Amino acid sequence: MWEKLGLDLDAHDALLEMLGQLYGQTFMSQRNRPKGMEYFDFVMSEVHGLRIKEIVDAKEEGRKVFGSFCVFVPEEIVLAVDGILVGLCAGAEFALDEAENLLPRNTCSLIKGAFGFTLSNVCPYIKAADMVIGENTCDGKKKSYEIFRDLVSDLYVMDMPQMKNEVDRDFLRHEYRRFAARVEEVSGRKIEVDALRKAIGTVNAKRGAMHRLAGLRAADPAPISGLDALLANQVYFYDDPVRFTESSNQLCNEIEERIGKGEGVFDKGAPRILISGCPMAVPNWKLPTIIEGANAVIVGEESCVGERGTRHLTDETGETVEQLIDNIVDRYFKIDCAVFTPNTVRLEHIKEMAKAYKADGVIHYGLQFCAPYQIEAGPVEKALEADNIPTLRIDTDYSMEDVEQIRTRVEAFIERLKG
Amino acid sequence: MEGDRTISSHITDTTFAPLTVCSELMRDLPGARTVATGYGRHLFARHWKCEVVTEIKAVAMGARALLPSCRTIIDVGGQDTKAITITAEGKLHKFAMNDKCAAGTGRFLEVMADALSFSREEFAKAALSAVRAEKLSSMCTVFAESEVISLVARGSARQEIALGIHQAISSRILSLVKGVQIEDDVLFAGGGALNACLRRLIETGLDRKLHLPDQPQIAAALGCALHGDLH
Ligand code: SF4
Ligand code: SF4
Repeated sequence: MWEKLGLDLDAHDALLEMLGQLYGQTFMSQRNRPKGMEYFDFVMSEVHGLRIKEIVDAKEEGRKVFGSFCVFVPEEIVLAVDGILVGLCAGAEFALDEAENLLPRNTCSLIKGAFGFTLSNVCPYIKAADMVIGENTCDGKKKSYEIFRDLVSDLYVMDMPQMKNEVDRDFLRHEYRRFAARVEEVSGRKIEVDALRKAIGTVNAKRGAMHRLAGLRAADPAPISGLDALLANQVYFYDDPVRFTESSNQLCNEIEERIGKGEGVFDKGAPRILISGCPMAVPNWKLPTIIEGANAVIVGEESCVGERGTRHLTDETGETVEQLIDNIVDRYFKIDCAVFTPNTVRLEHIKEMAKAYKADGVIHYGLQFCAPYQIEAGPVEKALEADNIPTLRIDTDYSMEDVEQIRTRVEAFIERLKG
Repeated sequence: MEGDRTISSHITDTTFAPLTVCSELMRDLPGARTVATGYGRHLFARHWKCEVVTEIKAVAMGARALLPSCRTIIDVGGQDTKAITITAEGKLHKFAMNDKCAAGTGRFLEVMADALSFSREEFAKAALSAVRAEKLSSMCTVFAESEVISLVARGSARQEIALGIHQAISSRILSLVKGVQIEDDVLFAGGGALNACLRRLIETGLDRKLHLPDQPQIAAALGCALHGDLH
């Protein structure tokens, strides 16, 4: 199967070994994990195994696979033609030098990571994708898709508004319709109203499970670690949506029981941290590992791999495909990504989250060279501090060189929270 | 320490075998309550019974003991430069630290002093004696070192290069310090505080007086000892 996908087997083995080791160190050493996490461990261990096999089998049955780099790509539309949407974001440095042959060094790690994984032929999801969807969000992605086009079989680029006025909503609607037409073309199937409504229901259920998980994290002692919750948010992008929803809800049932018994994974009263900023794709666990290694618990992620991505449901009422697409537009138009200007809604959401999950402080995570989030970081920090929410800014990349420096900052920040 | 009186202090290099150095130091202090800080704090804590605090918190506590009115600390150490603010009640507040590289740290000064064959004391003195400065264009330790060597080869005066180096590093430190809200009184800690030229340049840049404690390089150690006393 691997060869058929065109993977470089040696490089792929090397990647798997690295992943396995990192996974063991990061996740398996945590104490008192919920039993329900076994499912996510399993999916992760099979992320380059059974899950890919499932996808390849589905392809053989004629289903189409779509790969995306952004939470603005509406999964509902893909599901409506019985397609599969997978997240392609890369959370590790791989074949960095090859990536830097094509991109300037001052490109963010996410983009370089995606290039590295693609160039070295180690990502089965990129290989399995019948169509890869790019989107004109930040300048880094927008321009690098021009180069990426030559590296994948079929790249489709979705244009994006930059502001949140009515003309921008119209523009997004136009782009979602254009996308829907292309998805119909690639899959050879027409989007029917019932199928689209069902797809909206499926994605709503998946998001609903994540909302439930998020809400449970307000408990003290924390019933689940931030690392495990992040893992669930990461698996969200790879797994079969219906099975994912079931497993997440089961995890939530168990967590509810834990809360009832006052059980937790950290001591009651442990410092509580909200993370906010750039997305953390698999296997980017660098900052959360440092934070929880210092005995503080992460209680939420204001991130696209987290609540920014899963928040808000889509209205399922509507009699026509057009109406349902309008509902989808309305839901996605609310995403408060830093590529928009102005983007004050995001600050309000950070404050809401800090309150809802009883965070003692916020750590703002910026990827180096990510202009949108790094520039927002300053005003966000100022506003939160003015609101008496202690805030620490961490700007970093995927390399491990600065781990000790970050550890010092994070531990000092926790000392500050303890007073 | 005994109460708030320091009974003994000892400064030594960590070298490439930090645990051996620690064993020697600990041999003279059997049973003493110990608090570890700095980059090796977790390594130390794996071998000796101790508490661990970051150097940021440690230096903040130490500074407060040395100067109760202190609200801002500038700490120029070997590996890191930090700017730290503390609340009126004496609690750790905001802090800023240099990035990964050594530019703007004590290490940068040491490398440059060596490149000019100055001892540490002579280096600051020479810089203070210069009336004009030879500007450095790079702040990267590696590039700056070769720049210094080529300036020497071009016949530039050593003390003018020395002043240029001090100006370059203090502008780095100043931009870091301005990232936190400076409030009086400001205490200068870390080995870098012993450098009179650096002190003067930072005072001028901030237009504020810096308080210089005795033995600024052990402010963090003092903070640790006090922390051990409190907890
Ligand atoms: S941060 Fe912005 S560009 Fe990145 S995935 Fe989220 S919405 Fe898309
Ligand atoms: S992290 Fe920032 S720069 Fe990188 S792809 Fe996302 S928005 Fe663009």
